[in-house]
Parts: sequence; structure tokens; C-alpha cells
Amino acid sequence: MTKMDNATHFSVSRRSLLKAGGALVVSIGTPVTLDTALAVGEAFAQGAKPPLMPDQLASFIAVNADGTVSAFFGKMDMGQGLFVAIGQMVAEELDVPFKAVKVIMGDTATSVNQGGASASTGIQLGGKQMRMAAAEARRVLVDMAAAQLGLAADALTVSDGVVHAKADPSKRASYAELIGGRYFNVQLDWNKEWGNTLYAPGKAKPKDAKDHKIVGQPIAREDIAPKVYAQEDFCTDVRRPGMVHGRMIRPAVAGSVPVKVDESSIRDIPGARVVWDNGFLGVVADKEWDAVRAADKLKVEWSDVKPPFPNQSALYDHIRNAPVRKREIGGKEVGNVDEAFKTAARVIEAEYEWPFQSHACMGPACAVVEIKDGNVTCWTGSQKPHFVRDGIALTLGVPAETVRSIWVVGPGSYGRSDADDAAMDAAVLAKAVGKPVRVQYTREQATGWDPKGPASIHRARAAVDAAGNVIAYEFTSKGFSRIDVNTNGGAPKDTLAGHFRGAELKSADGFGVPAESYEFANKRLAWETVPPLLARASPLRSAHLRDPVGPQVHFASESFIDEVAAALALDPIEFRLRHVKDPRDVAVIKAAAEKAAWQARPSPRKDQTGAKVSGRGIAYSQRNGTRCAVIAEVDIDRASGQIWARKLTVAHDCGQIINPVGIRHTVEGNIVQGVSRTLWEEVKFDAKNVTSIDWMSYPILDITGTPEAIEVVLINHPELPPTGAGEPSIRPVAAAIANAIFDATGVRIRRVPFSPDRVKQALS
Amino acid sequence: MARMTLDVNGKVETIDADPNMPLLYALRNELALNNPHFGCGLAQCGACTVHVDGQPVRSCVTPVSAVGNSKIVTLAGLGTPEKPHPIQKAYVEEQVPQCGYCINGWIMTAAAFLHQTKKPTEAQIKEALSGLKCRCGTHMGILRAVKRAAAMMG
Repeated sequence: MTKMDNATHFSVSRRSLLKAGGALVVSIGTPVTLDTALAVGEAFAQGAKPPLMPDQLASFIAVNADGTVSAFFGKMDMGQGLFVAIGQMVAEELDVPFKAVKVIMGDTATSVNQGGASASTGIQLGGKQMRMAAAEARRVLVDMAAAQLGLAADALTVSDGVVHAKADPSKRASYAELIGGRYFNVQLDWNKEWGNTLYAPGKAKPKDAKDHKIVGQPIAREDIAPKVYAQEDFCTDVRRPGMVHGRMIRPAVAGSVPVKVDESSIRDIPGARVVWDNGFLGVVADKEWDAVRAADKLKVEWSDVKPPFPNQSALYDHIRNAPVRKREIGGKEVGNVDEAFKTAARVIEAEYEWPFQSHACMGPACAVVEIKDGNVTCWTGSQKPHFVRDGIALTLGVPAETVRSIWVVGPGSYGRSDADDAAMDAAVLAKAVGKPVRVQYTREQATGWDPKGPASIHRARAAVDAAGNVIAYEFTSKGFSRIDVNTNGGAPKDTLAGHFRGAELKSADGFGVPAESYEFANKRLAWETVPPLLARASPLRSAHLRDPVGPQVHFASESFIDEVAAALALDPIEFRLRHVKDPRDVAVIKAAAEKAAWQARPSPRKDQTGAKVSGRGIAYSQRNGTRCAVIAEVDIDRASGQIWARKLTVAHDCGQIINPVGIRHTVEGNIVQGVSRTLWEEVKFDAKNVTSIDWMSYPILDITGTPEAIEVVLINHPELPPTGAGEPSIRPVAAAIANAIFDATGVRIRRVPFSPDRVKQALS
Repeated sequence: MARMTLDVNGKVETIDADPNMPLLYALRNELALNNPHFGCGLAQCGACTVHVDGQPVRSCVTPVSAVGNSKIVTLAGLGTPEKPHPIQKAYVEEQVPQCGYCINGWIMTAAAFLHQTKKPTEAQIKEALSGLKCRCGTHMGILRAVKRAAAMMG
């Protein structure tokens, strides 16, 4: 059965686990103990378990005694059904039934660091590696069978995990007979990289796509029923013997630190204790409700600091005027943009603004850390548990080999959420109190203190000649870095615990440029970053939020392309097709137009009167090889300013499709989250702190505002490698809606979110 | 601290707890029922929803002492794979959840709504579920599942 392993069901000793050190040839969750499994492994010809390193086939694939296959995956599924797709790729290459493969993911004791959930590379890079490993495993098994049967390898084939002679199926050896319960002792050609770029192929070539039988099938997820029947435990549900409950206390004014903590103020709460280290302040208690009460009751005096933030209404001016910390041209400048603008008959210019946005995960982060016999175990919902292991090791000053980090499904994280911070806080508390600690953040901390998607401004201009041709295009983003703190909690400088405890800081620079294939004779795409508003422990520190800077960059760039089309009185699709050069880009634009029955005409439409108007808009973009076009059909109530993104038509090309149903659900989620971020989401703050601290002050799309329909056209390219689907379709949503609003009203809204007040004001 | 009894999923349990403690903490910690979930503690998201005498209630703001002898049903008590509630069956068939953390709010609220409202319109469904949160954006799937369950319930 292909099913996510739930690591909370592990009931093995730490010692035996370290002894095993990695991939285990047992079905995890069965009553077989690890020591038994290890003994079995040692008893057989393949010898001892090879070290858990990327150059070992055993680190990725194992055939169990019963012939089932364990696939050890160093990324994880954040709810998009990735483990099904990985199971399909492994089963395909191994020629075993899909249900014979179990994907085990996100545990540093059983998988190597393939980067965790990151950049929609689960299939693109993680799956690529698993595919190569499975193909190599099949090759080795066929060779073993050839030796056993006395036949040439090319005289053999594999059906359902049984190697047999092509000419005589009675000459056979099953995978279970060949290696079941033992380890592969096969070296892979590892590129010596860790994380997303880790790649370690063997000698085997994967199958040709025309031979695929399992890849491409719409296989359903098996983790749905356990969720629906309340049988699946989340990271919030991990309980350890002797565990106490922790709550963190954050300053009311960002940047201030506790100067006096009155522990006697919680003396009457059973077991309540304070853990205070510089700016780090938490409480623990035996009972969770007592920890809640202690956090509420603890008397703390805070340092007096100057409120660190500008007035929110001055945010975009702050960015405009802030010194540029780093400027980068994306790709290469084409032609000579500055010279071309000097010759322009007409210049079209616009500027766009995007606010800070929060991950606002459905559940505030939770983590459990246990320190026992010199070893540390962390149960975390972080999408990057291998980096959490490294972060805990550095935070506690212990060797990484003594830390095990286990991903247990948590609330969807959509990037560098608060999960990594909670893991570090739990580690610090557990070390301080000498007991296993479960840290549960509050809603206020989840929305108010998570790393934020960066706020930015985007300037675009186009030079048009006398004949109405675009001769030059320049696009520049300026904003807070998307890696003010890193994409994972792998170092104290990137976590709140590190910041509060005085770690040396380093805010890195990263942004991005539009990903498209518009060809203009002169073209320059650039980005610029500005320093953070508060260097240390800022509730506005910025980091990766689903499709990092993609929605903001393409809101601006694809709105602007539409503005140019409108200025030239051209249909928005016709204008795009004149300049888009990549054939697959053209294909998604045409596919969306066809599905949505797009009527060619320039925007805005001029045939509507009255309070209720509607319009349509398109936007398209690429993302790491994937292409996506979105057409939004939008209804607008001019009186209330209410926007309803009524219908969205999506054309999506991510190369080879591994599982179409998985992509459809993933695209739907992207679109709904994209509509939410476009219409509703903006982190509010005042001079002292973030004031978006719950679902009232950080509203997201309500079910009453859900689109009537999301049509998804999937373009399959089995001949191409698969690329990502986890983020590309969120990217064009905001611009498609903005362009539809313009089509309906003739008014261009250049600041997100399009909340009713803002729309009403713009239309008045 | 006070001694109280709770009737949960057809079983009467005795706990010792602060009467002001929200029901959610009693269910999760005293009774070790891992659903429902803590989502906000403010009755704003629904992740903690249980039925109290058949009505959806946000257990994160309901003092445990306020429940009295009422019958509490959690998601685990709503149905089983062998004997599912129609909304659970529909949720599996439609493959609704992504992370699944929000599931209690939608399923428990929809279940109570569907018992009260036969053959609901799409507008009635949306109104009944308004205010619940799903961050993964599975709204389209949720609506498909509720309509499917409504059809099953006639």
C-alpha cells in the first residue's frame, strides 16, 4: 500500500535507530522491531546497512521481505498528493504494482536531505532522483536474476516485481527472493550536492515515456480517508512521556526585550516555569491549559525602544526612498534600453504595489522536542525537517548526528512558515527544563510573527515608436528581500529563537524578475532589494511565501503588458501573441483562450452601464519550466466595491504529467489562494508591531466569495521531463483579475489587495 | 479544579479540570482525542468544531463546564469507514482535503446543516459554511462534496 508513514507510530529505541542509521528494510508501522530488522539485514549477503548517504541506492529504495518496496524520500508532501506521484514514478521504473510501493518521507533517520518541500521541485527534482534510483534498482535486480537463472539480462523482463525470461515465464525470480529484506549495496554517482539539487543516478536509464503504464494515471490519495475519519495524527498530536507544554511570549513593541520577569506572578500555576534568555521568553507547565494561563499571567517588564515601523500608509514611499542594498539584472539586457527610450514617440509607464502577506497557516505552528541520553528528537510540521535538524544542532550546540528531525503532517505551510521557528523554540525550552516540550503557538503569533512575504513596488515602462510598435521595455522591482531570513530554519540567524538569543544576523538579498518570453528589441528586467525595517526578531522579516515574489512580480508585469495593449487599442491576447516567442507559452495562452471562449477585442469594454459590471482578463507566466495562463472573468459591484472572481480558466503545462488528478487539485488550491491574496490579504501594522493577528485582521477569501467555476486545461508533454505544479498557477492570478477589472470598468487598480474599500475608492 | 463528566461519542468520561478551560483542551488532552484541532482559540476558523447536541460548536471558546450533560460528537464519532456519514463519504470521493487541518469545521458544520436543510441551493450551502477557514484553498472541492452529500441524503 502506498501510504504516508506517520512517524509518530515509531516505537523503537533511539539506540537501535542510530545503530541502523538509515533506510530500513521493513514496512515501518508493522510490529517488527528495528533490532529484528537490523539483525535480518546483517544476516544476509548484502551485509550491513550502507551509510545513509546520497551515493547509496539503499538510501532511496529497499525491497522488503514480502516483496513490497519502501521508497525513502527526502522531500515531503504538504497536501498536494506528492507521495502518490512519487509512488507512481518508483513503481513504474521498478515494474511493481503501484500499491506495492510505500513512500516514507521527511525523517532524517530514514532519508537524505533532498531539500524538503521547496520551490515546487517535489517531482521536478525529488521525483527525478527517485525515478533514477528505482530504475537502477530494477537494473541491479535483473542482473541478479540473470546470474541466478543463468540467462542474459537482456533475455529477461519484469512483471509485477517478478523477473522472468521473456521466452519462458516459468524461469523466474521475484524481487522478494532476490533481495527481499536485505539492503542494496550499490553505489550511485552522486553530484555531491545536498538539498534540491542533490542528484545521484545509477547506470540505468529510466523508461521511455511511451512505455509508461502507472505514470500518468489519475491515482487517488490514500491519506484522505484517514483525515476524514479522524484517524490521522498531526504534529500537534505528538505526545511523549513526561512531556510538558510550552508557550512563547513575544514583545508588544517589536524590538523590545524583557528586562524584568516576575516568576512569582505564575507561582500558583502548577508546574509553571519561566525560560528566559536575552530576548527569548517562554513558559512551560505540565498541563497545556496551565501553560496558556501562565503565558497570559506572567508579569514582564520590557525594554523601552523606539517603535521600529513607519506608518503603514507610508510603506510604499519608504520602499521608494530606501537605499538599494542590491540590484541585479535578470538574465541579460537585450539591446540598449536607455538609448531606445530616447527615440520613443510615446512612453507608457506605470507603478504597482504589493503588501506584506502572511502564511497565516490554518494551525499555528507546533513542535515537540525531546532530549534523551544525549540525543535530540524533534517532531515538526516544517516542510524542511533536514534543515530543522541542522538548525537545532546549531541552536543547542550539539553535533547534527545526534539530532533526529521527524516531519509529521501539520497545517499546510506554503513556504517558510512559522513551523521552523516553533521547532527551535521547543529545542531551547526542552534543553532548559530537561523534559520533552511541546510548543504550540497562538493565532496571534502565527499571523503576527510568521516570516512575511515581502512588500514591494514595481516600475514598468514601454517605449513605443511612431508606428505603434513597442521598441523597448523595462521592468524593475524594488522591495524587501525574499530571503531576509532563509527559506528554512537551518541556522540560528534565520529563526526567531536565534534572533531573540542574540545570534549574529545576516539578511540575504533575493528577489526575482518576470518569467516570460516576450521579445522586444530592447528589454531589461531588474530587481532591487532594500534593508529590513527592523534587523532583529522582526514580525515583518521577510521570507518565502508560496511562489516567492512570483505573485507580486507578475501582478505588475502582466498588468503592465495589458496596459500597453490597451494603450495601443489591441486585444490583450493578440498583443501577447505578437511578442511571446516560446511555443509552449503560446500554447497555454491559446488553450486558455479557447477554453474560455475568449472574444477578441481591446479592453476596456464599453457596452455596460449600471452598478454591476463584468469583465475578463488574461495573464500568463512561466515558472522553472512550467507555463501557465489564467483567464479571469470577474463581476464587480461598483456600489460596494465587491469583486467576485466568478470564473477562472487555467491552461497548465508542466511537461510530463505524472498524476492529472493531483495536478488539478493542486491548481485549484493555487487559484483559490491566489484569489484570496489578490482580493483580501494585506498584513497591517502600526509603528510598534504587526496588527494583523487573527482572521478578522487578516481576512482571507471566504467560501461565499469562492469562484463559481475553475476550469483547468492540462497540456501533457510525456516526451519532456516533469516540472512543478505546486506554485506556477498562483503566479498569474492577480494580474488576470486586475486586467478583468480594467476590462469591466476602464479603471486600472495597481495596488493589492483589491479590497472593497479600495475598489470603491478607485471607481469613484 | 472541578470534577466533571463529559458525554463524548457515546461514552461518558470523568475529568478533573478548571471549569473555565475550553472544551477543546479537555477533548485533546484529558481524553486524548486528537481531533478536533486548535486553529485560533477565537472561534474564527472552525478547526475545533464538534457537535453539542447535534449543533456545531467551536470547542476552543466553549468552557468545559458549560457543556453539562449534552452529547458531544467529534469527527471521530460522526462516522467510520465502515459506517460513514454521507459528508465523510463525499469528502473521500471528491478527494477534498490538502493538508486536512481545517477538516473538522467544514465537515461538522456541513453535517449539521445537511440534516436541517434538504436539497440545499449552492447559495444556502455557502451561507451555512461562511466564516470557516481553509488555507489550502480547497473551497471548490468542499462545495462539490457538500453537494454530493446533499444528493445522497435526498
